[in-house]
Amino acid sequence: MALLEVRDLSVRFATDDGVVRAVDGVSYAVEAGRSLGIVGESGSGKSVSSLTILGLTRAPNATFTGQVMFEGRDLLTLSEAEMREVRGEGIAMIFQDPLSSLHPFHRIGDQLIEAVRTHHDVSKQAAADRAIEVLTLVGIPEPRARMSAYPHEFSGGMRQRTMIAMALINSPKVLIADEPTTALDVTVQAQILELIGRLQEETGTAVILITHDLGVVAEMTHEIAVMYAGRIVERAPTADLFASPQHPYTWGLLRSIPRLDASRDEQLVPIDGRPPSLINLPSGCSFHPRCAFVREAHKRVDPALEPVDGDPTHEVACLLAPQTRRELWRRLAAGEPPDRVRATVPMGDARA
Amino acid sequence: MALYIARRLAGMVLLLIAVSAITFIIFNVFPSTDPALLRAGRQPTPELIESIRRDLGLDRPLPVQFADWIYNVFFHLDFGRSYQTNQDVRDLILDDLPATISLAAGAVVIWLAVGLTVGIVSAVRRGTLLDRVAMSLSLVAISATPYWLGLVALYLFAPDFGVFGLPFVGGQGSYTPLTEDPVQWLKSLILPWLVLATSFAAIYARLLRGSLLDVMGQDYIRTARAKGLPERAVVLRHGVRSAITPVVTVLGLDIGILLGGAILTESVFNIQGIGRLAYDAITRGDLPIVQGTVLFGAFFIVIMNLIVDIAYAFLDPRVRY
Repeated sequence: MALLEVRDLSVRFATDDGVVRAVDGVSYAVEAGRSLGIVGESGSGKSVSSLTILGLTRAPNATFTGQVMFEGRDLLTLSEAEMREVRGEGIAMIFQDPLSSLHPFHRIGDQLIEAVRTHHDVSKQAAADRAIEVLTLVGIPEPRARMSAYPHEFSGGMRQRTMIAMALINSPKVLIADEPTTALDVTVQAQILELIGRLQEETGTAVILITHDLGVVAEMTHEIAVMYAGRIVERAPTADLFASPQHPYTWGLLRSIPRLDASRDEQLVPIDGRPPSLINLPSGCSFHPRCAFVREAHKRVDPALEPVDGDPTHEVACLLAPQTRRELWRRLAAGEPPDRVRATVPMGDARA
Repeated sequence: MALYIARRLAGMVLLLIAVSAITFIIFNVFPSTDPALLRAGRQPTPELIESIRRDLGLDRPLPVQFADWIYNVFFHLDFGRSYQTNQDVRDLILDDLPATISLAAGAVVIWLAVGLTVGIVSAVRRGTLLDRVAMSLSLVAISATPYWLGLVALYLFAPDFGVFGLPFVGGQGSYTPLTEDPVQWLKSLILPWLVLATSFAAIYARLLRGSLLDVMGQDYIRTARAKGLPERAVVLRHGVRSAITPVVTVLGLDIGILLGGAILTESVFNIQGIGRLAYDAITRGDLPIVQGTVLFGAFFIVIMNLIVDIAYAFLDPRVRY
């Protein structure tokens, strides 16, 4: 059984402008020691779904359906007090901007000690020892001296290392990393990812890595879920996703990754259009207004997540016929512009 | 830090001289009474007035008078003497200062206790009935000026003539120094404290509520919750800890202003403090007392301002001077 399993989770927020369907029927699972990448643009629901796991989206205007199963309990049904036991101890989280995520007025050491003592009735000294231990683990030089530093005295990379240390200090079973490298310099990004990967192997913690950058998850996750407009549109083992991506949105993400081996004049291809409003979702397939391969029927029919070629580990929610998708991606991956691909690949309506 | 403080103190002296100069100019450009007349009694003869003018140094050119006064203030701490009663201004101020400090100190304690509590509760329970009622009441409280609220309080609760006369509160003019009779001191100040604290408590409640709501949306609050901290610790240790800084700024200035005399409250309750002293001096045109009290008030404001800025360095580790 999966360590953490999200089943058909929906999160809605009632706002003055209407109901925001931030997450709409999302399911995923992570096993102990495994890692899952959740990829999508801002507003795809990837952060909301993970914050919901920790009960951090609870608000009077929020409604939740579905289940978040962790150690045999549905976290959505836990009381605030029970949920506090899970936070930081069972499931820990690190966030995008480590400067704003650390309290500017409290010393690094105090923030770490507080994390220990929230869950364990130990002396300050014992908590401090543990804090120094994790600071060493995440590669902070002179951890003992750094305990009395303030966050603003750290570099961006050291702050994120500190956040990781704080997340790991109670040896959680699941670590959720929400865009952990987005706010960092490129050189530091690689170090932080390497660190998360190494710690995962050493501690056996399950990792959910949330990012908008497929390149980030390529190296260090076992499985990837691509989210769009509050739903998972494609889910596959990492190697499969890169080898045979099925969803036009995934293609767009892949084609927008800069490649070192590409010639310098090859252009990055952005995905046209903007993410849809989560209050007024497009009819049919949510991606249809931005899809280069949209057919008339796609504006009416809402695709379900279905296995690709009968493979239960690779699922996609796309109305194009499987052979059409294969041909489209083959041509796109070869570098042909979408316009020409669309004009030359026959696209018989699949299941309209 | 030491250099910073030294620089600020130097600036402070210049500022105080400027404030004095402005007071002096206003007083002499719009003369209310001839100061000599204050001294001269009922039937002043021109000769008498002339001699008084000479005695008080009023026959000298204005810049000389001012320079002389400034010199005495800064080098001898001599604020001059009242035109009317010839009392030493410094003694007058020091005599009235304890009453003003008593009034301010008690009011500060009350408004902080009430204001901060209401502010925190309102922010945490934002949008609830409790929050809305508290914020509406605070608007009423801000609008209730001390001279009105003071009279209402006396009308309702004064022990002698109040509608619901409370025996344990003191009425108008009952102020007794702490050193004379602590119990009477306390009784006499209960109503003035409450009256003075009311609008401040309301302002501070709204200020802290707004500031705390801002802070509670910060990423580090989410981090604190993600740690598993109880909400109480999240709010107090992480939220209020940050949200309190703007309150400290305003508090410093407010204390400074109040130490310069709570004119309205002191007048309503007939407490002989700095505010009363200044008010009476202004109505009589007694320039040395006006100058002295203005300078004192300005001094408290700038010194509290400096203290606030220094406190900032302790509150926010990112601040360095």
